[in-house]
Amino acid sequence: MNFHIVVCAGIVPDPLQTLESTTAPNGPGIKNEMVLPAVLDPWATSALYEAANLAAKNSGSPQNPSKVWLVSLGPKAKLQQVMMSVAQKASFELVPIDGPIGGFPDAQATAAVLADTIAAIPGLEPERLLLFGGWESATRGAGVTLQLVGERLGIGDQFQGVDAIDMHEDGSFEVLERVEGGKHQVSVCAGAPAVLGWATGNLAEPRNNPQQGMANMRTIMPALQKAKTVALEANGLNYVSVSLPKQQRTTRVEKNMNAEEIAREIVEWIGAK
Amino acid sequence: MESVLVLTHADESGAALSKGSLEAVTAGRELAGQMGAELTIGIVAEHATRMATQVAGAAKRVLAIEGEAFAQARFASDAAACEALCRAAQATFVLAPQSSRFARVMSAVAHRVGGVIDTHITAIDGAASVEAARWFYRQRIEAVVRREKRPWFLLLDAGTHSAFAGDTSQEQMEEIAIAVELPTMRTQVTGTRAPKQDAQTIRPDAKLLFVAGAGWTKKQPDGQVHVAEAGELILKFLAASGASLGSSKSLVDQGGEGHSVLPFLTHLNQIGQTGSTPRHEKGLSTCCHGEEPHVVGWRFVGERRAVSLDPNCGWTRGKADVVYIADAFEVMARVNELLEATRGK
Repeated sequence: MNFHIVVCAGIVPDPLQTLESTTAPNGPGIKNEMVLPAVLDPWATSALYEAANLAAKNSGSPQNPSKVWLVSLGPKAKLQQVMMSVAQKASFELVPIDGPIGGFPDAQATAAVLADTIAAIPGLEPERLLLFGGWESATRGAGVTLQLVGERLGIGDQFQGVDAIDMHEDGSFEVLERVEGGKHQVSVCAGAPAVLGWATGNLAEPRNNPQQGMANMRTIMPALQKAKTVALEANGLNYVSVSLPKQQRTTRVEKNMNAEEIAREIVEWIGAK
Repeated sequence: MESVLVLTHADESGAALSKGSLEAVTAGRELAGQMGAELTIGIVAEHATRMATQVAGAAKRVLAIEGEAFAQARFASDAAACEALCRAAQATFVLAPQSSRFARVMSAVAHRVGGVIDTHITAIDGAASVEAARWFYRQRIEAVVRREKRPWFLLLDAGTHSAFAGDTSQEQMEEIAIAVELPTMRTQVTGTRAPKQDAQTIRPDAKLLFVAGAGWTKKQPDGQVHVAEAGELILKFLAASGASLGSSKSLVDQGGEGHSVLPFLTHLNQIGQTGSTPRHEKGLSTCCHGEEPHVVGWRFVGERRAVSLDPNCGWTRGKADVVYIADAFEVMARVNELLEATRGK
């Protein structure tokens, strides 16, 4: 069994950074976003690890090996910076697109660019395609882009909030998708092609492998140099306002209450009867 | 002339419309009212026509797509059904709940009918021109957007509107069954599975969210870790209070790194950047130190309290209403005793 797995993953500001919005001539953005430390989008990172794991377990034949492509849209310089660490975690071929960063560009326009890029990947066989990505990004957080890419590529089976995939001998697979109430919906799909928008999955973060990193960087650097530059259409999207929440609570800090007093206050507060 | 279509689906039982769907009906009525637009309701369910009574009085027209294929929440069948409803209604605005079922398909449906979509909408204002509010960067930045293109699909976050409860004062509605041509089904839904836990700890309808942080598994004043005791205290509290359990990323991640973990925690409990952003009336965080649970994780939690050993934790200041500087082990043990005594009365 072998697969062609394409992982769509953007780059986002490191989650520990404090963000501030700003307005630029071409729309809203994050203040100093280009100099903020960046990481690969967290849920899409899960997708990349799952893709690498799946490809390793189903390596195929030397003539027809399983393969992982990482398609990423962002400023070239930021992509290069993020790839220095991501490349050490998994084996993949980078397909970079030089374009704007952030969550404010229109998802429909982003999806159109990604779909066109994926359709043009040399050697990609659509009938063996598993399209991976995060079910939502840490920037726009809409859960729209991957679904639209799948739709544009004509893929009729999509799964979102995926935490596990179990491949069967005949090429079919079982998928666990997050649904309401802390449960998973279990589905069986006949096989590729399919779209899987990953949540956290079940794999721990792989250890850094410098040899893997060096092997990846041999193809990543030339790919970055050749990256196509794109502009994203606004698609009639207008931002009326963009603001940071102003909620600042007056916090009562209780340093001198004992456990008994605190417990009584908590029980009263939660309204236990 | 603007028009509004609200798409709805059945709940887990298959016998009634989901709560999120009824909330979307309320939002649709408000929006249609503000714009003076016609409202249509679409239902996708195995027995859709039976559910039309639940939206009696909400709209003049109800479009229903039903059949065995729609008992399953599956991309291929749901997308085909929603597309057929949109084509039949020809609405300029399509509202739907941000449920796992509709979030899976609605972007594709918007694309099929030449529309655009925005999701996780928390408020809609249709007074002058239609504007929708949503959050970016995982609930850190709020934006209000407007779009020129139609149809405009808006998926509404749960809990942002009250659930529609029927309106008998309105005139009778027209029910229309819509036929849909389904593609070949390559996917079968075989059921649902709860995570491997001693008990279900995720309760979206609970009034209280209890957040457990990594401190529960750290060394205590006696120099030892007390993971088993921590797990017992937490589960006892959840059972006695009916609270839902949330966790910080660091605590859930410890499982993958081979450290001592609370066995009932999974990634589904995680709140924050890479977890959920639940909406509960109250939130109590314990042993959490960081931005994730206090800022991102409980952005939509009403009243917030924290138990922490760190009096200088900058993330609780200004975010929680009350911070108790105390040992969570001691406090929660006593809380459990009090809850037990209260229940025994």
